[in-house]
Amino acid sequence: MNPLLPELGLVLWMSVAFLVVLFLLKKFAWEGIIKALNDREEFIERSLKSAEDAKAQMSDLKADNEKLLIEARKEREQILKEAKELKDKILSEAKITASEEGDRLISTARSEIDKEKNQALADIKKQVAEISLEIAEKVIRNELSDKNAHEALIASHLEEQTK
Amino acid sequence: MQQFNIQHFTLKLKSAILTLFMLIMTSFSATAEQSTENNHEDKGFNAGELIMHHVMDNHEIHIGPLHIPLPIILYSKEKGFDFFMSSNLTHGSSYNGYAMVHEKIYHVGAEGELTHDEHGHVVADRPLDLSITKSVFGMLLTMGIMLFVFISISNSYKKRERMAPQGMQSFFEPLILFVKDEIAKPSIGKKYQKFLPYLLTIFFFIWIGNMLGLIPFIGGFNVTGNIAVALVLALFTFVITSVNGNKDYWKHIYNTPGVPWWLKFPIPLMFFIEFIGFISKPVVLTLRLFANITAGHIIILSFVSLIFIFNNLYGAGGGYGVSILSVAFSIFMFAIELLVAFLQAYVFTLLSALYFGSAVEEHHAH
Repeated sequence: MNPLLPELGLVLWMSVAFLVVLFLLKKFAWEGIIKALNDREEFIERSLKSAEDAKAQMSDLKADNEKLLIEARKEREQILKEAKELKDKILSEAKITASEEGDRLISTARSEIDKEKNQALADIKKQVAEISLEIAEKVIRNELSDKNAHEALIASHLEEQTK
Repeated sequence: MQQFNIQHFTLKLKSAILTLFMLIMTSFSATAEQSTENNHEDKGFNAGELIMHHVMDNHEIHIGPLHIPLPIILYSKEKGFDFFMSSNLTHGSSYNGYAMVHEKIYHVGAEGELTHDEHGHVVADRPLDLSITKSVFGMLLTMGIMLFVFISISNSYKKRERMAPQGMQSFFEPLILFVKDEIAKPSIGKKYQKFLPYLLTIFFFIWIGNMLGLIPFIGGFNVTGNIAVALVLALFTFVITSVNGNKDYWKHIYNTPGVPWWLKFPIPLMFFIEFIGFISKPVVLTLRLFANITAGHIIILSFVSLIFIFNNLYGAGGGYGVSILSVAFSIFMFAIELLVAFLQAYVFTLLSALYFGSAVEEHHAH
């Protein structure tokens, strides 16, 4: 027995069995395993890359958003300022127009009042004249006997009236 | 250039060490053989015989007192194929014109007589022994385990596409990735995909085979520590390297670029050196695997044998006393052997990958 001398039978068995096993494993195990491992590696790499991309996009978006927000804030301030100015303007204008309108109304009212008063005065004068005429008529009817004296009296009355 | 010289120097040193080792091993086995011949009648404990018996191939599997017979398949031109169980040939009995001495089967006459020469060696013709021996059984068992494990893993990869590994998958995936990313890719380069199935197969065959040999009480398999198995694996690597060798690879051997002309003419010194390197690669691969695994088995068995040797020398007390140390050292060696089992699989695969890498490498400038 020499352990350094290979037995031919074992060499043959080993060669044949190894070839068969190599073929079977290659066909039914290694190819599938290596393909799955490579696929998974690629998939993970791709996923990581897309995640990185998404992150970059997100940060871009965030920056954009911030910019937009700042602009929006500025715009809001601008709008508020303008609105305030407008309000002040409107208010002051309104005040002016209101006072003008008031003045106008007062003046028209005043002129109306004057007109009414004058008319009323004219009416009163007319009524007084009518009443006087009635009185005079009554007086005249009563004292028609003395025509001259009465005429003199009428004249004096008229004189008094027109004074 | 410097690196080149160092490489060749280490190669020479390696082959010198190997030659020395081979001489020692041969003489060791020869003395072991002789001593078994001489002490055959001695019924006392023989550590050399026990160890060699465990390390070598066998036509039976011994589990404690149990002897499990294995099928014997023989072929010779005269008698054709013969099938029978090894239980027919135990204890020197002849069967059907065959007899077995020290696990070697010989043709014998009708009386079952064997002639011996003056050294006690048998002089007889041998048929081609294609038996399912212990090593063949262990090898087939290893391959069976591999087929079962990796085909089921492959199926779970298909079932659980793009998902995290589970169960056996998660145990073997790091090893597969280790062979793929740490051995094949850096050693071979771009063309590694082509060699990956072979590298994975030898890595797991050697590793599982080594581990099988370390399991106690199942008959002491020594599959990868058998020189025939190691030789076949090395020859596969050698053939694949040679078949895939490109122009640069062969040119490097017969006309090494970058060395002075006087190393090639009139004496083609460089060619001889390169040719020795070319031939020594499979030899080194074979011997490294065989020697490492067999040596591990021998050391562990030696530590265990010490108990019985001391028992014989100094009685039961000596046996018990030494057993404490022996067991401690055996456990230590087992731990080392678990590491070596992986390491040798790694080294064999890595060197194969490096040879493939050198065969397919594109040289643009030297």
